[in-house]
Amino acid sequence: MSLVDAIEIVGHTDPGMVRSHNEDSIANDVRYGLAILADGMGGYNAGEVASGMATTVLMTELQQVLTHTPPFEPDEHGVEARTAAARLLRDQITKANTAIFSASQSQPQYAGMGTTLVMAVFYDNKMTAAHIGDSRLYRFRAGQFSQVTRDHSLLQEQIDSGMITEEEAKHSQNKNLVTRALGIDPTVEAELHDYDTQPGDIYLLCSDGLSDMVEDPEIGLTLETLGGNLTLAAQQLVQMANDNGGRDNVSVLLVKILKEYPAAKGLFGKFLGWFK
Amino acid sequence: MAKLILSMDGLVLKEINLSKERTTIGRKPHNDIQIDNLAVSGEHAVIVTILNDSFLEDLGSTNGTLVNGQPIKKHFLQPNDVIELGKYKLKYINEAPKVAAAADFEKTMVLRPGSMPKAAPAQAAAAPKADDDRTVKSAGGVAAPAPPPAPASPAIPARQGAIQLLSGANVGKELILSKALTTLGKPGVQVAVITRRPQGFFITHVEGASFPVVNGKTLDAQAHPLNDHDVIEIAGTKMEFFYK
Repeated sequence: MSLVDAIEIVGHTDPGMVRSHNEDSIANDVRYGLAILADGMGGYNAGEVASGMATTVLMTELQQVLTHTPPFEPDEHGVEARTAAARLLRDQITKANTAIFSASQSQPQYAGMGTTLVMAVFYDNKMTAAHIGDSRLYRFRAGQFSQVTRDHSLLQEQIDSGMITEEEAKHSQNKNLVTRALGIDPTVEAELHDYDTQPGDIYLLCSDGLSDMVEDPEIGLTLETLGGNLTLAAQQLVQMANDNGGRDNVSVLLVKILKEYPAAKGLFGKFLGWFK
Repeated sequence: MAKLILSMDGLVLKEINLSKERTTIGRKPHNDIQIDNLAVSGEHAVIVTILNDSFLEDLGSTNGTLVNGQPIKKHFLQPNDVIELGKYKLKYINEAPKVAAAADFEKTMVLRPGSMPKAAPAQAAAAPKADDDRTVKSAGGVAAPAPPPAPASPAIPARQGAIQLLSGANVGKELILSKALTTLGKPGVQVAVITRRPQGFFITHVEGASFPVVNGKTLDAQAHPLNDHDVIEIAGTKMEFFYK
């Protein structure tokens, strides 16, 4: 089963109402089941450079790697398929981190640049998601809208330690402090998890420009009512963020699972795959 | 930087800057804020300050700590909160640093491990340039981020919109457009959505081969603003949009 028939991916990014340029960057390739979103930071245009490098490096590298080694194939160590996908992403994220970090070290105008990252790869009725920082992944399934990732931010740490409640967090002045970012240090640890997907699921990858400006129930309502038209849903989400003030760049990637997409395993499966 | 104004019976006694990560309040002299009054416990309360946020905690004092008249154990201080210890009042003032231009707030910054304790003393770092949209925070100096405004409350048009069915089985039925999005039509056949925005109400085609008709004109894929008493036709059903 080809991913192109089973998955629909739509992206939309907008500078918002206040910022002059867009430091968010998005990329997707339905053939490989890839969706990548980065929210850059750093002076002048360095934020754009960092997020652009993150999405470009990850997309081009993964397109190449996935052509040779599908993520559902156990790797040479015979490691379980799921960990193989996670390892694949971790390796490529390390590569992107090195690329951004060395650029920021060698070019003074890019010093200190970095970016958040949220990405997902879909394969064999599964999804492996990775994130760094406060860009988020949400899932809409059977009427339920829920946040899948947990931010790497000071605020999330304060919530976790019981210092403040989620309600208080909405009024916090420390909203903008992330505790992890891609490209600011020689090494980075991405958080990786595997999930099963179901037909009808809609996954939302977004920058904080959406999650800070639009309440979760409103986002859920949009996916519920406009899930039949992903392009319109993506536009609507960005529009709602802008209608509420659009204080930051807004980016969304929507992934809808149209039907099952089991991997063709083994020689016979691959052979059958020719006729599909 | 946040500060406290100590007063008693309306008389201002002292202004205290919350420059330390922990500011202790009590009767004993080793406290950062000493209040020599028997109603105040030796170690009465502490204020923990992390960047722009301050948290007040009562340290099991004999007579307790009130914030805005309510006894508290732990409290996330909000601007203009009034802390009471016996007859003494401490008003919490947290002025937004005015250094950053409007375009500069809410920039995402990286917080590195180990930088927090250093962050607490207010290092009035140089204001970023206006066109310097975002900065990455380095381990030492911390530019105090301007506080974000209160979370956005979805702007709601002043007038409430509604639709009334003009044909079909439920003719005469009224539907108030109370949600940000209201879908109309039959899933799988033709669906349109009415969105509520600050500028008013808009109708957009969602799915189906045929597009909605407004006042006899077929729409394209673009959102179309709705005016009072517009007649909409979706999936063979006529309805009227109006402001209540």
